[in-house]
Amino acid sequence: MTPRTAVDTAAGVRSGSLRAADVLEEHLARVASREAEIHAFNLVTQDAARARAADIDRRVAAGEDLGPLAGVTIALKDNLCTRGVPTTCSSRILEGWKPPYDASVVERLAAAGAVFVGKTNLDEFAMGSSTENSAFGPTRNPLDTSRVPGGSSGGSAAAVAADFATVAIGSDTGGSIRQPAALCGVVGVKPTYGAVSRYGLIAFASSLDQIGPFTHTVEDAALLMEVISGHDARDSTSIPQPAMQLRQELGKGVEGLRIGRITDLPAGADPGIMARLDAAFAALEAQGASIVDVQVPAFTYGLTAYYLVAPAEASSNLARYDGVRFGMRVEAPDTNAMYSATRAAGFGDEVKRRIMIGTYALSAGYFDAYYGKALKIRRLIANDFAAAYAKADVLLTPTSPTVAFELGSKGDNPLAMYLCDTYTIPTNLVGHPAMSVPFGTAELGLPAGVQIMAPTLGEPVMFRVAAALEEAAK
Amino acid sequence: MSEQIVPGWELVVGLEVHVELATRTKLFSGSPNRFGDDANVHIDPVTLGLPGALPVLNEHAVELAMRVGLALNCRIEPCTFHRKNYFYPDMPKAYQISQYDQPLNLDGFLDLPDGTRIGVERAHLEEDTGKSTHVGGDGRIHGSEGSLIDFNRAGVPLVEIVSRPDIRTVDQAKDYVNELRAILVAIEASDAKMEEGSMRVDANVSVRRPGEPLGTRCEIKNVNSVRSLGRAIEYEARRQVDLLEAGDRIRQETRHWNESDGRTHTLRVKEDADDYRYFLEPDLVPLVPDREWIERVRSAMPVLPAARRAALGAFLGVPADSAAVWTVVDRGQDAYVLASVDAGGVGERVLVYVQQAFAEAGPNPAVPADGLARLTVMERSGELTATQAKDVLAAMLETASADPAAIARSKGYEAMDTSAIAVAVDEAIAGEPAAWGKYCAGEEKAAGALVGRVMKATKGQADGKVVTALLQERRTANG
Repeated sequence: MTPRTAVDTAAGVRSGSLRAADVLEEHLARVASREAEIHAFNLVTQDAARARAADIDRRVAAGEDLGPLAGVTIALKDNLCTRGVPTTCSSRILEGWKPPYDASVVERLAAAGAVFVGKTNLDEFAMGSSTENSAFGPTRNPLDTSRVPGGSSGGSAAAVAADFATVAIGSDTGGSIRQPAALCGVVGVKPTYGAVSRYGLIAFASSLDQIGPFTHTVEDAALLMEVISGHDARDSTSIPQPAMQLRQELGKGVEGLRIGRITDLPAGADPGIMARLDAAFAALEAQGASIVDVQVPAFTYGLTAYYLVAPAEASSNLARYDGVRFGMRVEAPDTNAMYSATRAAGFGDEVKRRIMIGTYALSAGYFDAYYGKALKIRRLIANDFAAAYAKADVLLTPTSPTVAFELGSKGDNPLAMYLCDTYTIPTNLVGHPAMSVPFGTAELGLPAGVQIMAPTLGEPVMFRVAAALEEAAK
Repeated sequence: MSEQIVPGWELVVGLEVHVELATRTKLFSGSPNRFGDDANVHIDPVTLGLPGALPVLNEHAVELAMRVGLALNCRIEPCTFHRKNYFYPDMPKAYQISQYDQPLNLDGFLDLPDGTRIGVERAHLEEDTGKSTHVGGDGRIHGSEGSLIDFNRAGVPLVEIVSRPDIRTVDQAKDYVNELRAILVAIEASDAKMEEGSMRVDANVSVRRPGEPLGTRCEIKNVNSVRSLGRAIEYEARRQVDLLEAGDRIRQETRHWNESDGRTHTLRVKEDADDYRYFLEPDLVPLVPDREWIERVRSAMPVLPAARRAALGAFLGVPADSAAVWTVVDRGQDAYVLASVDAGGVGERVLVYVQQAFAEAGPNPAVPADGLARLTVMERSGELTATQAKDVLAAMLETASADPAAIARSKGYEAMDTSAIAVAVDEAIAGEPAAWGKYCAGEEKAAGALVGRVMKATKGQADGKVVTALLQERRTANG
């Protein structure tokens, strides 16, 4: 059965033909039957959700107009601050902490009439590509529970794929929305850096982090973007422009658009994945787009630069978890010992690994050789993309080099895990938008995602192409 | 001017001054920037460094920092913010947002009253930390039983003003701080109170043989007054000279000034210094003040204290760096003094009265300037004695009166005519024969007893100068 979309849900609820309470109960029933197996959530907020849905139905009955997401169930990645509701980043170090404020995105979704069903699991502090690095246990892929949902927003991707919620919100630092979207067969968007406020998103790597939606359809993704994008004075990196209007782009087709094929794309994707990419090019060409070859030579250095920039920023962002003001504290005889004991007990291995890498990369005597070089690579990648976008309106790549892999299969090999993000990382380094659209199946009949990349604020053209691919995939 | 502290050695000092800016709110959040309230009331997610909170730069803080830069003749430059990473309990994010290689204000100078020009390397914006109080032990963290943290101060905007090592004497160091303080108050950037910590001075001190390259420096912290700054620099210079003369080397270190034993003590040596791992603050964007903004700030700049002291001194014919001129300009009362003199007041007396009696009056004293002018005229003409004039001024201050004559009348301060005083003088001579004899024998201080008796008899209304003149007249006639 095709899941009901956000667009249809809101239309039904606003017109009174659908009750928000009934919509919610359908989702909660699916949660009750499958959540134990999938573990998409760190917390299901069913009581608050029921109260909220009932309130929405009352207000609709009273003639109020509740906004474009009226009654739409939403799952929030557990690194988004929610007032009075535990927010953990799937880390022991934040266990029990209840933020005194809502993230800007949460405020905007609530104002649009959304019903929040819970906080979703993630790799601790969004560091990972499988959602296995969670202090509270892994999330499983609803399409094959022996496999991972991808990560770090694996809980959000799984929640949508299992239809525990109509849509979900995640965050993407190096692919953390797009890769799990691809592995779970849903749509996932990483907006232009600064298009969506980061206020209330618990930082992993501040210059790379961006919040975005998971949805079943491209139209739902466009709707969500319309709600969550737009300037926010509380985030200094927020772009000073109004919310994007993207649904109007969806029917425009791709006739005359130039779709870029990166000829020097790093190798390594499975054949089934590359076959789907070829099929995507063919489908767009069939709809009137032209395919152009471009080169992005620095693309291949993205992974290296990312694994210096992201840990460097993380080492600083995560220094505040010191046991002094909030979250966990392990008592010790003096302050320094308390810091050490708290952080040793509170952080998992991958987080510690990145804190150490990042601290090293920023240290006196090593800065120029590591962090400084990584910044230069960022500029090179930006230059290469600029040249490519002079020839092409969007670029297409695979989202992930493989389909969903088995739990534990990359267990002790962080480098193998890092390679999952080869194709997604470069856009984060330059702040461009990108999204993953499901495009058929590849190895083992599991879903394959195609990544559409666009230049800064190129969401309108990106969504046009996404709609065309979605249409072709039907 | 104190010259060389130890003959044959030259002192070299650079000062780093942290100043809290007088903004309404903090540097990166909307919490009030206020001193003296209950602990932890001026806090919010940004101040506490809560997960997910983001800094937003306070525009007023930038403007005040630009004023500081303009007052110190700096170039205002496009600039960036960096994170300075280190762990300390009163540092909520475990990094301080500061400016590193691209500060707002660069390459200025400050001229001391003696004309010496001290280079200013930079004046940059940064946030303050919270305040730790160590309970038990001697108040320092080592040996304490626990620590309390007040985050009211965390995130308060600071400007750090870094001088070049151009200071050569203790007096220059003190003059630099005094002049800087006067400027900061005048441009309303800060109340700049060293005692309350809104102005904090660290001194980089080294010594060398004249003509030689710079010696190894030590940074002196915990100096809480201009006087302590002088003592600390002097102690530290002697300590370094003693070491060098004994054939030892100076170890580069940070030293703590101890006010009670009058010495500096090792706080940490350079090898133990934190590696701050500076990198560009990704949560903020570059700050690029455009020409229009800079000009708007520049055009709103007041005349600086040095120029005002010069103007006042020249107008009154007194030295521009006299204590009275400094004080009056510091309090912003120079315009008032000028107005009072313009209204016919006696310059020298107006200056003294404003300095002595208007300490709490602020730049716009309640007593109208022409009222003070009339008072000084009455005093000069002999209508009021100095004592009476002081008394009348006190009453004028209480009632914001512009009419000293009316107050003098109500107090019964009718000027005595000379003949009435002469009667009292003759009675005093008759009543104090011993004192009169000594006075006639040339013992001037014996006049005290005679004047005192006249004053007692006239209830203080006799003009002391007239009494003295009459006594001299009588003595000359007698002898």
